[in-house]
Amino acid sequence: MIELSHIEKVYDGPDGPVTALRNIDISIDRGEIFGIIGLSGAGKSTLIRCINLLERPTGGRVVVDGQDLTAMPPSELRKARKKIGMIFQHFNLLSSATVYENVAFPLRLDNMPENEVREKVEKLLHLVSLDDKTNQYPSQLSGGQKQRVGIARALASEPQVLLCDEATSALDPQTTKAILALIRDINRELGLTVVVVTHEMNVIKDICDRVAVIENGVITEMGPVLEVFTKPQRPMTKEFISVVMSNELPVAFRDQEISPTPFPGSKLLVRLTFLGESADEPVIAGLIRQYPVEVSILYGNIDHIKDTPYGRLLVGIEGTPEAVEQAMAYLRARDLEIEVIGYVR
Amino acid sequence: MSAEMVDLLLKALGETIRMVVVSMIAATIAGVPLGVLLVTTARGQILECLPLNRVLAGIVNAVRSVPFIILMVAIIPFTRLVAGTSIGTTAAMVPLTIASIPLIGRQVETALKEVPYGLVEAALALGATPMQIIRRVYVPEAMPGIIAQLTTVVITLVGESAMAGAIGGGGLGDLAIRYGYQRFRPEVMLATILVLIILVQLIQFAGNRLAKQLNKK
Ligand SMILES: Nc1ncnc2c1ncn2[C@@H]1O[C@H](COP(=O)(O)OP(=O)(O)OP(=O)(O)O)[C@@H](O)[C@H]1O
Ligand SMILES: [Mg+2]
Repeated sequence: MIELSHIEKVYDGPDGPVTALRNIDISIDRGEIFGIIGLSGAGKSTLIRCINLLERPTGGRVVVDGQDLTAMPPSELRKARKKIGMIFQHFNLLSSATVYENVAFPLRLDNMPENEVREKVEKLLHLVSLDDKTNQYPSQLSGGQKQRVGIARALASEPQVLLCDEATSALDPQTTKAILALIRDINRELGLTVVVVTHEMNVIKDICDRVAVIENGVITEMGPVLEVFTKPQRPMTKEFISVVMSNELPVAFRDQEISPTPFPGSKLLVRLTFLGESADEPVIAGLIRQYPVEVSILYGNIDHIKDTPYGRLLVGIEGTPEAVEQAMAYLRARDLEIEVIGYVR
Repeated sequence: MSAEMVDLLLKALGETIRMVVVSMIAATIAGVPLGVLLVTTARGQILECLPLNRVLAGIVNAVRSVPFIILMVAIIPFTRLVAGTSIGTTAAMVPLTIASIPLIGRQVETALKEVPYGLVEAALALGATPMQIIRRVYVPEAMPGIIAQLTTVVITLVGESAMAGAIGGGGLGDLAIRYGYQRFRPEVMLATILVLIILVQLIQFAGNRLAKQLNKK
């Protein structure tokens, strides 16, 4: 649906050129929710704005729905943009227009007859649960409501793509959840392809299918969210993930020396990650039943990455070195992610 | 004050209002587009055209740096060309208009610059043309600011029209000078000043109200 190839963006800054994006290649499938995460200044906004050419890349091609936007004359580009909705961190609603008029804005650009406008706006306001705010002005709305207006406006010209630049960054966690749920519903029901830019990992975790990590204008990691979450490669990716999934050890072990080899009275700390189906398997019970080891559960939680259940356990395995070896072999044979931390007292 | 004086005062007031209203309308018709162009032809803007932007800004600054009284005299040949005469209320409208166009241009520019660029981007993302953005984003969003600024211009015009009147244009300024000063009738001077004060107050009040009513922020 969206093909970015060899995208480059160089700004003319006051102190010489600033390279904001370097050699970006991303291919986003139809109907997918694609996340882009990175620190402030990494180039996320620049990248997403290159998709509808609000920012014209200095190199590379942008193809949306088979059309090369970078090669279009202005009038065709405007037509193509109507098929690419966008929502913003600061909503960017017209303060002088009511909710109704804001949502009607894109329709009025095409001189749609008033009765059709009304029908359409009412439908959209219903979709975003704002039926009762039709004649309010944006200043009378909460942040979450404003973003709902932004979403309704973005959907008015029936786009195939929805671009979200930090769409929830100005909202509190609960409102963020609600807006994300709405974006997800829209993605499902209307089959929209969604691109989400954020610096919050929980946004990626909650709704994205795939994610790209951007560092200093370069994509450093890209793949299905599940994979990036469970096997992060780069330190920065791990850092992002640790925000939503703590990797810290329980306090009792934090100051201890962790030994790579067993010693008398030691136990082996192991972190187990269960994904999807494997979360149902009675792994720990099997372990205790079959091997002469003691297993203590030090930490555990269950979460979801998009719709996949995702469980994490930190266990301590105590026993003779041979028994611990065998227990580990048993675990490795199961459908789990295993991270061996080391031996502690 | 005699009935004759009241008549004179009313006539002068009528002339002043005519000068201000006609010049204001003419200057707004030219000044608003000028202000719009000053904003939209700037760097990174929807109609970016730096040479035009510089030329317009140059003209605006040039006209604005000439004091009104000098401008009025300097353009007498032009005034004669347009109005057929260089004295009288109608003739005074020419310099009043010329002086107000760049003023309005700058004021409108200031008001439009207050519109967050994010709104323009949102409209661009929705496929709006530059004209649609001007008409449907810039102007309505800046309207309270534009009204507030234009109010100031109207008040400036009242002052300038008095100046124009003093050198043969009629209106309240003319009345104050001819009767109040030259014929030494302080009560006429006082009455004129009072009328001017009330006029300016009314304009400011109406402007504030309208701006406030339009402001939905
Ligand atoms: N108009 C511009 N002119 C010059 N440099 C710019 C411009 N816009 C962005 N940059 C630079 O490009 C880089 C990427 O900026 P961008 O806004 O894309 O970052 P971001 O990842 O969206 O950050 P944030 O999370 O703070 O929004 C930054 O170094 C920024 O300074
Ligand atoms: Mg940004």
